[in-house]
Amino acid sequence: MSNSTQTPVESNAKYRTDTASDGQTEPLTAGVGEDVVLELDDLQKSYSSEPVVEGLSLSVREGEILTLLGPSGCGKTTTLRLIAGLERPNGGAVRLNGRSVSGSTFVPPEERGVGVVFQEFALFPHLTARENIAFGLKDRPKDEVDQRVDELLELVDLAGQGDSYPDQLSGGQQQRVALARSLAPEPEILLLDEPFSNLDVDLRVEMREEVRQIIKETGVTAISVTHDQEEALSISDRVAVMNDGEIEQVGDPEGVFQHPESRFVAAFLGYASFIPGYVSGDVVETDLGTVPRDQIHGLAPEYDRTRVDLLVRPDDVSVRRLDCEGVEACGNVVARRYLGPTFLYEVELDTGESVQCMHNHDENIPDSGPVGLELDADHELAWFPREQRPEDDSRYSD
Amino acid sequence: MATEHRTSADDDADEETQLPLGVSIAAAAVSAAVLLPILWLVKTGLDVGFSEAIALLTRPTTLEVFVNTTVLVTLTTAACVLIGVPLAYLTVRTDLPFRRFWTIVVSLPLVIPSYVGAFAFVSAFGPQGSFQRLLAPLGVEKIPEIYGLEGSILILTLYTYPYVYITARASLKSMDTTLIDAARTLEHDRWETFKRVTLPQIRPAVAAGALLSGLYALADFGTPSIMRYDVFTRVIFVEFGTFGRDTATLLSLQLVAVTLFILWLEARVRGEERTTAGGRSRGVVSLGKWRYLAMGFAALVAGLALVVPVVILLSWLGTASTAVNQSLAFQWSYVTNSVVVAAAAAAVAVVAGLPVAYLSARYDGLLPTAFERVSYIGYAVPGVVLGLALVFFGSQYATPIYQTLYLLVFAYVIRFLPQSVGSLRASFLSVDPALPEAARTLGRTSVGAFRYVTLPLVAPGLFGGAALVFLTTMKELPATLLLRPSGFTTLVTHIWTAYESGYFGQAAVPALVLLFVSGLSMLVILRQEGYDVK
Repeated sequence: MSNSTQTPVESNAKYRTDTASDGQTEPLTAGVGEDVVLELDDLQKSYSSEPVVEGLSLSVREGEILTLLGPSGCGKTTTLRLIAGLERPNGGAVRLNGRSVSGSTFVPPEERGVGVVFQEFALFPHLTARENIAFGLKDRPKDEVDQRVDELLELVDLAGQGDSYPDQLSGGQQQRVALARSLAPEPEILLLDEPFSNLDVDLRVEMREEVRQIIKETGVTAISVTHDQEEALSISDRVAVMNDGEIEQVGDPEGVFQHPESRFVAAFLGYASFIPGYVSGDVVETDLGTVPRDQIHGLAPEYDRTRVDLLVRPDDVSVRRLDCEGVEACGNVVARRYLGPTFLYEVELDTGESVQCMHNHDENIPDSGPVGLELDADHELAWFPREQRPEDDSRYSD
Repeated sequence: MATEHRTSADDDADEETQLPLGVSIAAAAVSAAVLLPILWLVKTGLDVGFSEAIALLTRPTTLEVFVNTTVLVTLTTAACVLIGVPLAYLTVRTDLPFRRFWTIVVSLPLVIPSYVGAFAFVSAFGPQGSFQRLLAPLGVEKIPEIYGLEGSILILTLYTYPYVYITARASLKSMDTTLIDAARTLEHDRWETFKRVTLPQIRPAVAAGALLSGLYALADFGTPSIMRYDVFTRVIFVEFGTFGRDTATLLSLQLVAVTLFILWLEARVRGEERTTAGGRSRGVVSLGKWRYLAMGFAALVAGLALVVPVVILLSWLGTASTAVNQSLAFQWSYVTNSVVVAAAAAAVAVVAGLPVAYLSARYDGLLPTAFERVSYIGYAVPGVVLGLALVFFGSQYATPIYQTLYLLVFAYVIRFLPQSVGSLRASFLSVDPALPEAARTLGRTSVGAFRYVTLPLVAPGLFGGAALVFLTTMKELPATLLLRPSGFTTLVTHIWTAYESGYFGQAAVPALVLLFVSGLSMLVILRQEGYDVK
């Protein structure tokens, strides 16, 4: 609860209150607002008694792009399939525009008005791009269908490719046809299942922008699913981080990245080190030196004289010198990883804690030996109560 | 058809999904129909009475039949491996001259029904056969006996080794040759590498091929009959013909038990596969001067299996016109008869195979697996046993259809349902489950999604399966002999009559037509498997 001034408790949705005013976090279950298109209410799904989705609640507002972000096996794809009606939940409800579609009654996928872009696109190989796009436009006069298909081909910039079969199209073009096909019947909500995972890295970045643009142009409400944090942060209006079948945090991308509410979210989005500290008056004493209390985001008075962990990103720490003379924190470089333009160093502090820091590739820091470190973050730091620290830290290493 | 799709989600979703009711009922009905004759055979067997059964089964002749069959199947399988594996290695991994030519030629014996081959060989190499007549001026009065065990092994090996050849070849082709390079750098010479790396990699494929050869040898009726070698199939047929109904039944059950035992053994061994496919495959072994010997080997096999019967059949063609017996003259209605029953069998087998294949490809669980397994019973039941079971069943409980084409077609469907189910199942598996799901999200019902998406995509497999059933039905011998309505003659029964009455020449035309038809079936198989000869 680093982002609120209220009593931090174990990261748990039901204690969170509405702090949406600061644009960072929102309640997981909104009241029935006018603009809510989709509501998931305590959704449950398990396969052979193995729970995959556990009590998941979420509201999606009209016209937004929300991304379910989480590691593989966290239940995000299952959630998407539950929304589409491709799976039946074991408990809870799905409401589309206030109408219950899963729960007491089950509305089959073809009557839900959802569009889905599948992971491997699922283009019908025996039909041309045009025929694929027209597939969902049945029972309409032919010229109306033709007009709509032309419109969509135009929208996805494939006007000349209508008569190609899927295997004659490149990955990016297939992606566009899949998007056009799902948008053709004007769905109330568009679902995208790992839409970019099938594309080359270069193309992926390009298509991300393009898909976001097309979705925004049509104004459709969209839910996307991914395990790629960069993708989630770049295409979404809001991100919902999932772990073990539950949502850990929902918010706009910056808010979730800068003010993670749980250690899981902190570690899943980018590199994270947790530095132990002691709250003492106006400062927090840490292994990396003292940090002014007002640089800690929303540290409540109840936490005076307690142990906390500060979330430190690699760009918040730097190596000051190559020995331990006159620095507050001293440690040994134990590993160096080349990330392209930068090096990521793992430094074991004399106190035994380990911290990561990042430096430009041209700064000459040896990959072993003593270093003097300094915390030089120019933004507020997130914190977690000490007792929250799990026994096994390994799952949080990037 | 390269990839198999089971689920599109990263969480395995299929196992608890409810089975579609209509499809399940259809699959259950097919399974029941397929099981019926076998259950009936078991019941008939139980009726024999315990002490009588023991007496019949422990008769010296029964034991002899068992031993004969075991020896024939074992030696034939071994011979198939000894011919099939080297040929596969030569055509895939060496610089054998005219590799593509040999690749096709040594697969072709599959085209010749083994009874036609046996027939031709007896005529060529039997006492007073054309080969001996040819040698007589040279003072050769006796050539080694073709009848009996040796002849049976020779014929069955010549016409079933392609099963081993084809599977071994496929696995050699897909084998990653960097494994061989790795072994060579680890100080293994070529032979050691073959033994320690290549052989373990291709062993499962060779075993699968050997199983097909072995099961064929076990179930084949025509070859041992023509070679006058007493194995289960021949004795069952003879006993049945001489009203030894109880013996025929018990021997049939024993034969089915042996088949099931082999299948069980294979399933157990198969679980231990540790192979990789894919990866790079390049570089061939240079044969040097050995290549002439290698070509000679391939030429000998192909010459015996292909040239001998074709030459014999063509030579008969000349004598056929001078036939003495008018009732044996060939009529084109035999071809129509064959085509009509085969087409009916193909249509029914595909329709019956659809629900079974669909369930087993799309759903996990006990029932879909059980339905699929039951549909494969045709593999475990030799044609002569199936024919016998249906004769008993039909003559007692289904008299309206006994001695009609309905019962004959039913027998074909049971026998060849595995082909249609296998082909359809592979097609269903190659359709990404996300495709019908996509159709659902685009407003189609589950029936609509099947009709407009799944069905068009499995159509090639459907027609391929139908073609396979059609063509194998045309060649089927024992069930046809036992179940055909009196007066109904097909190509196959005509060949058999010609053989039994000794007017070999009368068999030439129908046999050549059959070869042509089987050649077509080979084309279908090759297209289905994407068998490339490069």
